[in-house]
Amino acid sequence: MKAIITVFEGFGSTLQLLVQAASHLGSLPRQRARFIEQCYLIGYTTLPIVAILSFFIGSVLALQAGYSMQNFGAKQFIGSLVGLSMARELGPVMVAILLAGRVGSAITAELASMKVYQEVDALVTMNIPPARILVLPRLAAVLVMVPVLAIIADLVGWFGGAIVAKNVAFISIEPEAYFSVLRRYMKFQDVLNGLIKAETFGFVVVLVCCNIGLNTRGGPREIGAAVTRAVVASLILILVLDYFVTKALM
Amino acid sequence: MPALPPSPAVTTRESPAAGVRLENLSKRFGSHVVLQDITLTIEPGEIFVLMGPSGSGKSVLLKHLVGLEAPTSGRAWINGHDATAESTRALVRMAMVFQAGALFNSLTVYDNLALFLREHRLGSEADIRTKVRHALQILSLAGTAAKFPSELSGGMKKRVAIARALVMEPQLMLYDEPTSELDPVMSATITEIIASLKDEYHVTTVVVSHDRDLALNIADRVGILMDSRLIFLGTPAELRQPQDERVARFLYPQIDLAHPRYKQLET
Repeated sequence: MKAIITVFEGFGSTLQLLVQAASHLGSLPRQRARFIEQCYLIGYTTLPIVAILSFFIGSVLALQAGYSMQNFGAKQFIGSLVGLSMARELGPVMVAILLAGRVGSAITAELASMKVYQEVDALVTMNIPPARILVLPRLAAVLVMVPVLAIIADLVGWFGGAIVAKNVAFISIEPEAYFSVLRRYMKFQDVLNGLIKAETFGFVVVLVCCNIGLNTRGGPREIGAAVTRAVVASLILILVLDYFVTKALM
Repeated sequence: MPALPPSPAVTTRESPAAGVRLENLSKRFGSHVVLQDITLTIEPGEIFVLMGPSGSGKSVLLKHLVGLEAPTSGRAWINGHDATAESTRALVRMAMVFQAGALFNSLTVYDNLALFLREHRLGSEADIRTKVRHALQILSLAGTAAKFPSELSGGMKKRVAIARALVMEPQLMLYDEPTSELDPVMSATITEIIASLKDEYHVTTVVVSHDRDLALNIADRVGILMDSRLIFLGTPAELRQPQDERVARFLYPQIDLAHPRYKQLET
């Protein structure tokens, strides 16, 4: 019973934080420096790992597809399989999971530490709402940077698949053929749906991680516990939302 | 481009020092009663020092004044405004010097001091620079502007925290254990700074402290919180010769090696 109440309290406080941050939207132009800093942290520093992982996910996808499809003589369709899988599902989910592990955990650790060491209280006594300067720039940055990360993940994943398709002996499909099939069976709507999913997941991850950080009480041990809680909650929410958003976009 | 007007979220400092009134204020966390029926008035411009054993609720009481805690029952008023209302922080300028400083670790000393002025658009960057440098100079911190809090000693952090509060030109200044963890000379320095700032800026000052010297030397009045109640309220002169046995034991404890207290507590 207590766990259920805690979950509902979490939902309530997260929504409250969202409303508070939204009420300060007008201050965003004055927070350019913070916004750019967050874009750098969320986007630029996450980019290398997104590129590496999506390259290998695209590669493995092509490898597995080639291995399975060779028996049916359908390996020429690898391009469409890799393309659709990356754009509609694996790209957005992978970006969101990386955000949760890399950016979300760092956000929770930073805000929880500020809360525990009374920096957040100091902001409140200065009549500076924490939602304005700690949450709003992060939410704005994630909305801008996640589509960029998701598009890069898609592109790198497709190229990873193309390289495997050309160089693995039992597949041996030329890049022209691979991309021709990819283009033929993929619509702009597939990429757009993937971006909507990535945007939703990224926004929820950052919001939840901010909320857990700002509600941390206690000492250093609780900072660690808050980070774990934030990452676990983010991963669960990504997968639950994945089903519902995918269904809604069908 | 013309400068933006000051944020409506702050008052100007032409307004006088703030008065504080607590009416039958009680606070409990679960079943644990921290404050019980506290009634107290602090006059504008007064230095009020609140003392008491560790864990007696002094810091909790201080947090009620800035709205960081809400009373379980009773009320706290600042200049006639409810201390728990968010609007009170906009109507009355309050600054709090936290026990550990609560400096923003990701910002330099300069940016720590400038944050309040920038966020509330209280002047151009040149004005802010002048105010910040003046505050740093007053507290002998001129060489620290570019440093981060992690590069400062304990005493310097306390002084930066005071400078940050000073830049706000507050009507009510709250100090939570400003001399704890400092050597005797630095404690005396901080005590002198608190008294000087009150004289110079006529700011109402509430200090939570264990420091007997601080209370006896700079307080206009002293309160002692014990067993969740205010058991003493008087002047430093009255505090020198306390009538209440509990106050005397707390302020002037005898060290008795033959009968140590911890052994008496065990029995």
